[in-house]
Amino acid sequence: MNSKTADRIATGVFIAIALIIVAVLAGLFSYIFINGFKNISLEFLTTPSSNVRAGGGIRDQLFNSFYILFITMLITVPIGIGGGVYMAEYAKPGKITDLIRTCIEVLSSLPSIVIGMFGLLVFVNTTGWGYTILGGALALTIFNLPTMVRTTEDAIRAVPRDLKEASLALGITHWHTIKTVILPTAFPSILTGGILAAGRVFGEAAALLFTAGLSTPRLDYTNWNPFSDQSPLNIFRPAETLAVHIWSVNTQGLIPDVDEVSSGASAVLVISVLIFNLGARWIGSRIHKRITATK
Amino acid sequence: MTAVKEKRTVDVPVPSDGEFQSENILTVKNLEIYYGEKRAVNGISMDIEKNSVTALIGPSGCGKSTFLRSINRMNDLIPGARAAGEILYEDLNILSENINVTALRKEIGMVFQKPNPFPKSIYDNITHALKFAGIRKKSMLDEMVEESLRKAALWDEVKDRLDRSALSLSGGQQQRLCIARTIAMKPTVILLDEPSSALDPISNAKVEDLIVDLKKDYSIVIVTHNMQQASRISDKTAFFLSGDLVEYDKTEKIFTNPSVTKTEEYISGRFG
Amino acid sequence: MEKLLPARDRLLKSNKSRLDGEWRGKIIVIVCAIIMISATIAITIFLGTKGLQSFIKNGISIIEFLTSTKWNPTDPANPAYGVLPFIFGSFAVTLLSALVAAPLGIGGAIFMTEIAPSWGRKILQPVVELLVGIPSVVYGFIGLTVLVPFIRENVGGLGFSLLSGTIVLSIMILPTITTIATDAISSLPNHLREGSYALGATRWQTIRRVLIPAALPSLLTAIILGMARAFGEALAVQMVIGNVRDLPTSILDASATLTTIITLNMGHTTYGSVENNTLWSMGLILLIMSFAFILLIRYLSSRRRL
Repeated sequence: MNSKTADRIATGVFIAIALIIVAVLAGLFSYIFINGFKNISLEFLTTPSSNVRAGGGIRDQLFNSFYILFITMLITVPIGIGGGVYMAEYAKPGKITDLIRTCIEVLSSLPSIVIGMFGLLVFVNTTGWGYTILGGALALTIFNLPTMVRTTEDAIRAVPRDLKEASLALGITHWHTIKTVILPTAFPSILTGGILAAGRVFGEAAALLFTAGLSTPRLDYTNWNPFSDQSPLNIFRPAETLAVHIWSVNTQGLIPDVDEVSSGASAVLVISVLIFNLGARWIGSRIHKRITATK
Repeated sequence: MTAVKEKRTVDVPVPSDGEFQSENILTVKNLEIYYGEKRAVNGISMDIEKNSVTALIGPSGCGKSTFLRSINRMNDLIPGARAAGEILYEDLNILSENINVTALRKEIGMVFQKPNPFPKSIYDNITHALKFAGIRKKSMLDEMVEESLRKAALWDEVKDRLDRSALSLSGGQQQRLCIARTIAMKPTVILLDEPSSALDPISNAKVEDLIVDLKKDYSIVIVTHNMQQASRISDKTAFFLSGDLVEYDKTEKIFTNPSVTKTEEYISGRFG
Repeated sequence: MEKLLPARDRLLKSNKSRLDGEWRGKIIVIVCAIIMISATIAITIFLGTKGLQSFIKNGISIIEFLTSTKWNPTDPANPAYGVLPFIFGSFAVTLLSALVAAPLGIGGAIFMTEIAPSWGRKILQPVVELLVGIPSVVYGFIGLTVLVPFIRENVGGLGFSLLSGTIVLSIMILPTITTIATDAISSLPNHLREGSYALGATRWQTIRRVLIPAALPSLLTAIILGMARAFGEALAVQMVIGNVRDLPTSILDASATLTTIITLNMGHTTYGSVENNTLWSMGLILLIMSFAFILLIRYLSSRRRL
């Protein structure tokens, strides 16, 4: 076989590979959406789930997913930005910085089931809370923190050095420069990265199985007292999220309409993640335009 | 090389010289600056006069920018950079450990090669540091914005669009905004690091006029690659080569009758 | 007004300036850094001590635990705690899925960087990003409802099998490998390509003899990262692999991995019981493996710098 023929065959193979990858995505998406849309209705989104009968919805799971995400981001964002600022602005090359980098690497490569086990050990058993939203959110914080730190560090490092020097040369302290010049300039990238991370957190299930649990108490959405057991806002109640729900109805559920519920829930999950991703891009480019606007 | 070194010790003026009667704002004594192991400035000594323009010239990498950045401690930002010797400012060694660098930088301001306005409005660019310094009153801020923009000869061009993004200005306007922002802090010394090298000739001329104008209120040290610029605007010129201060004298003398051959070769464009 | 003060009073550090916002800020970010270090150390210590309990407190032999193929913790008379089948299952699905995903991922990367750099990337990049966005339970669910019946009817066996686990994992780690491989190949200096083409090499020869060898350490890193993800993935695999306690004899046999056994049994066993403790020991193996993957990646990146 001469080299020209080999080249042509290789090119064909690479094109085939690209087509396979595109086909896989197309197949997955069409399956998710075609089956999903058949089962998504307002009723599906607003009815509580059923443990045994058909016709249950995903109201509480959907709420739980967003609520846990919210609590997680509430904890992750400040710590992650603080850590990122430290790594980009204060960390001096040396043993301690290497140690922190190793820690970030370890945290980001831990399987989420292991993080879930740690959560079970510490946030469920040691604290005696049992399965709680807070425990789940703390486990997800560990899962999400490395991403947030890296995003912030990269975003800060991408801020032109000129701007930092300009501010320091005016006699402004380092910290005030970070607050008023560096972070605002890095904000669009941090926001974009944060929303992408949120999408990942939203679909995560393994870290939540043993921390937020597989059940949700009967919720009363008119009860806004965060200390009441029936209040959806109570962070010390168990909460099954959408992703966990898909897993549990498939592996341990008794309902007859497993496929319908799972298809609908999967489509909602994927659409939510898609909205996060597209939203991140849209907001990022919008803010970028506004900051650099030459109106 | 030995000849150069000898010359240097002879040429560096001492205050008692008689020829240099005017008051000095900065006195540099045996300043050495290192980047890690590498020495970038080799023990220079010079006085910088009050209310005058001092130009630092020399080929790239001669240490002039490094020296300039050490005057307001911007080199602190570079990992591994350290300085030995003294820079006296009102009899205080500003290289000392216990100097509050932020307070120092308010008095010794700096303008950079590339215009670097903050991605904020023109107004906020100037009030940014003022607010940090504790000035909150709107009327006072307005007044200071106008005053510094007028001094930087930018007021008439931007007075109707103070709320616009500073990035909408031309390069030359941006650079004058950066100067205005520095002036607003009411410094005593302004350091300029090749302030017009990134600008077109017309903007350059405006910035040069501005610098000459500013010297009645401030002491100015400017690094420049442009010989004409140095000869046009400066009162004294220092020629740097490989980290040494080769010659330092009145600009007129440096450009018409330099004492060191290397200086002559450089200003006549034979190297550098 | 300020300037009336002598320079000494204006410019020297005072105690007041030490206590202002500068220090508060520094303390805030240092606390954040400490949180990360302590989280990592806490995870290692907590899971380490808990994972060792089945050996220390319950007296299970480590050797038997790691090498015996008999897993029967609930037998009251003669419980057996051999997790070799699950370790084998974990490694089997990890290696097999890397074997499937590596050529596809690197091929996709080459397509994006060498074959169709202009439009190929514009199409494939978003495709890969969308694949990352699909949550693992959704992969598991589709595997369960589409892949498992398909294999049962067309290939044989129960459908719940190593093969199903492998295919699901391959798709899941494909984006990881593709993304890193694309970065690696596109960051190769252009003179490598030009030099090779100038010698009359075809595109395929350039890819095979110049680009792949030059990017090899990074490509291996991409594969290792993919494997690390596959090794730790729990729910998607658990939904399709069948979860049996025996060693599989063929790729169509049902099997189990460390993660699937933990997922399945953690909720059903009493906290503190021997069986529950062995699950924590399996968790410790996962933790050790993720350290091992990090060391491997570090080794590769140190080779890349040479």
